[in-house]
Amino acid sequence: MVDLTKNYFELFELPVSCQVDQQRLSSQYRALQRAVHPDRFAGGDERQQRLSIQYASHVNEAFNTLKQPLPRAIYLLKLAGRDVDMERNAIMDPGFLMEQMELREAVAEIKSISKPEQEVERLANQVDADIHRYLQQFEGFWVSGAEQDLDQAETVVRKMQFMVKLAAELEQLESELLDE
Amino acid sequence: MALLQISEPGQAPEPHQYKRAVGIDLGTTNSLVAAVRSGVAETLPDIDGNHTLPSVVHYGEHGNDVGNSAKASALVDPGNTIVSVKRMMGRGIEDVDALGGVLPYQFVTDTSGKSEGMPFIKTRCGEVSPVEVSAEILRSLVGRAQETLGGDLDGAVITVPAYFDDAQRQATKDAAKLAGLKVYRLLNEPTAAAVAYGLDQGGEGIIAVYDLGGGTFDISILRLEKGVFEVMATGGDTALGGDDFDRLVARWILREAQIDESSINPLQLREAMVEACRVKEALTAGSEVEVNFGEWRGTLSRGQFNELVDSLIDRTIRAFRRSLRDAGLKANEIDEVVMVGGSTRVPRVRERVEAFSGRQPLTSIDPDRVVAVGAALQANVLAGNKSAEDMLLLDVIPLSLGLETMGGLMERVIHRNTTIPVCRAQEFTTYKDGQTAMVIHVFQGERELIRDNRSLARFELRGIPAIPAGGAKIRVTFQVDADGLLSVAAEELSTGVKSSIQVKPSYGLSDSDISRMLKDSFAHASDDRDARALLEQQVEADRVVEALVVALDKDGQTLLDKDEYSSLLADVESLKQCRETGDARSIASEIERIGKSSEEFAARRMNQGIRQALSGQKLDDLEEF
Repeated sequence: MVDLTKNYFELFELPVSCQVDQQRLSSQYRALQRAVHPDRFAGGDERQQRLSIQYASHVNEAFNTLKQPLPRAIYLLKLAGRDVDMERNAIMDPGFLMEQMELREAVAEIKSISKPEQEVERLANQVDADIHRYLQQFEGFWVSGAEQDLDQAETVVRKMQFMVKLAAELEQLESELLDE
Repeated sequence: MALLQISEPGQAPEPHQYKRAVGIDLGTTNSLVAAVRSGVAETLPDIDGNHTLPSVVHYGEHGNDVGNSAKASALVDPGNTIVSVKRMMGRGIEDVDALGGVLPYQFVTDTSGKSEGMPFIKTRCGEVSPVEVSAEILRSLVGRAQETLGGDLDGAVITVPAYFDDAQRQATKDAAKLAGLKVYRLLNEPTAAAVAYGLDQGGEGIIAVYDLGGGTFDISILRLEKGVFEVMATGGDTALGGDDFDRLVARWILREAQIDESSINPLQLREAMVEACRVKEALTAGSEVEVNFGEWRGTLSRGQFNELVDSLIDRTIRAFRRSLRDAGLKANEIDEVVMVGGSTRVPRVRERVEAFSGRQPLTSIDPDRVVAVGAALQANVLAGNKSAEDMLLLDVIPLSLGLETMGGLMERVIHRNTTIPVCRAQEFTTYKDGQTAMVIHVFQGERELIRDNRSLARFELRGIPAIPAGGAKIRVTFQVDADGLLSVAAEELSTGVKSSIQVKPSYGLSDSDISRMLKDSFAHASDDRDARALLEQQVEADRVVEALVVALDKDGQTLLDKDEYSSLLADVESLKQCRETGDARSIASEIERIGKSSEEFAARRMNQGIRQALSGQKLDDLEEF
């Protein structure tokens, strides 16, 4: 089972890097699924089908990890020997916490303002820009690879997670607004 | 070469043999079966030339009948005539009660405790489960297909609404099992429809499939690129369809005729529904229709009808909008809208969908047949009759899967719209000192509190070492296969204590129920259990032999050394001999043994497949430059 132990970048034959060529990723993904998907083995025996479910699940997981900036960054840290426990996410940086509080207040007030859709969009754009900015910061630290830089990279990833959660909340809010 | 020496006629099936594969649309109101013949996918008619089979089963005094003749009994014997059974699949008795109290059946729950909460319908032929009723419909379709195609079927693709949850999917698979049908794949109806159009037109881009059937509404957003259909998002409502249009019109009739809804009997109610359906269909072409109910006469205009049903259509448009958002798209990015289901014939539905999407909906394939046609195309590929290089479907799970955590909260393990198959693990810990067991309660749904979601299964992991709270590490693994069916495993990591289940939905049939029903059912009345078990093992043995022979033929020389090759060749021979012994248990253990001995070869082939796939990719890229 050689290929299952390859790292996700190797599996897709992509360079291990912070930025990923999305188009190349997608076309490699489709090619891999063509080879391993259970539909290729639907008439086959059970064991073969189980093996294919295992491979196809692995390819899906790899694709989802490399596609989005946050899981990709977490994965890059893991490859660098740092397993970040995202469940225990405590950031002490007062400036960042202040920023978060302001953003959260803005989100909480959205429903009471007159044109909520525009405000949701403005905030979503801001959050997206922040995520992008953090990814660039992360890249700088990660490329250096020194221990203290990886510490910094880890902190940036934690900040990014806050933003990703906020983005998900904004999406939820947007869909509630659409339904009303 | 070696192949010729090991293949003896009349024993194992020959490799690359043409397979009889069908696509089945098991619908709420009507069902269809389709197959690819001479390269063309088409629905198969019965001897009278009817393509659609009404999804109605009548339990009569002289046996059951299915389809048109059963439908005719609906008016005279409503209590023994089961319609719209799809709405009851995988549902509990409370769900069925919540369907509006308009079903003229007597429901009972199983008293043995094995299928707790599952509604059984009381008929003159005894109590029947929705799964058994569906199996009757499947048997009828299978019979038709066998006659047309001239022999037993090798397998089928059965379609389900994309929004079907685990329990509903499992119930559908159980029905196929009862009908003695091998299911290649459960395929989502909208995906099937996109396949039917996509292949015909060779298109690329974003496709929205709007599927309004008799009892369910589905919306799916797909991306088609180089023969790969990728479902990006899916949504809908499992309790919204053409029947609801009829119900609104029937209520209107009763209101206008000044009849109190609660005072009428099931027969009158059915009459009102039948008239409502007629009126709805007549309004597709006409602008005004005369309505008759008993002594009462009236007219309904298209405008009035539109007003009645607009609130239902609103619900579909909302789901459409939400799915687009899930896919990260705007309405103006849609390239095509495919219409599926008889209810999309309603002009108001087409108007509203066109207004929302800005695209004229595709209706060139009969909306009643398009799903079955797509399923047949997929069945043909899965059976191996057509190269799988041409088409691949990547589908998603419609609803999130998770676990109950402290405080009755839902902890999501797999989010909705995740591409399947998928395997994901999450770690939990004990919350009490010395805790030695943990309840794993699995739910499906989007709400924060588990009580608002659907309970799928519950099991216990025992034998956790008695250590302080937070000390044990329990890994729970969710695996969803390509049919969208879930299995869950739990493991305590420090001791390796394991527990796993194939999730059997809370309102599903237990395995013992199924084997009892198999025994009871007409088609298997003469088989005894052992004969059936033997047959199953022999079929599986044939599959293993066939797969291994094909694999050895193709890759044996390149991926195996001489010893490995001859050892596997000997295994094939030994399994073929064992198959003839007629002992189910020894065949099973031989299959198991060969499964292990050929595992390495299977993995090497898979890895080779991966390498070849990517090197093919490079050639593609070169050609583009």
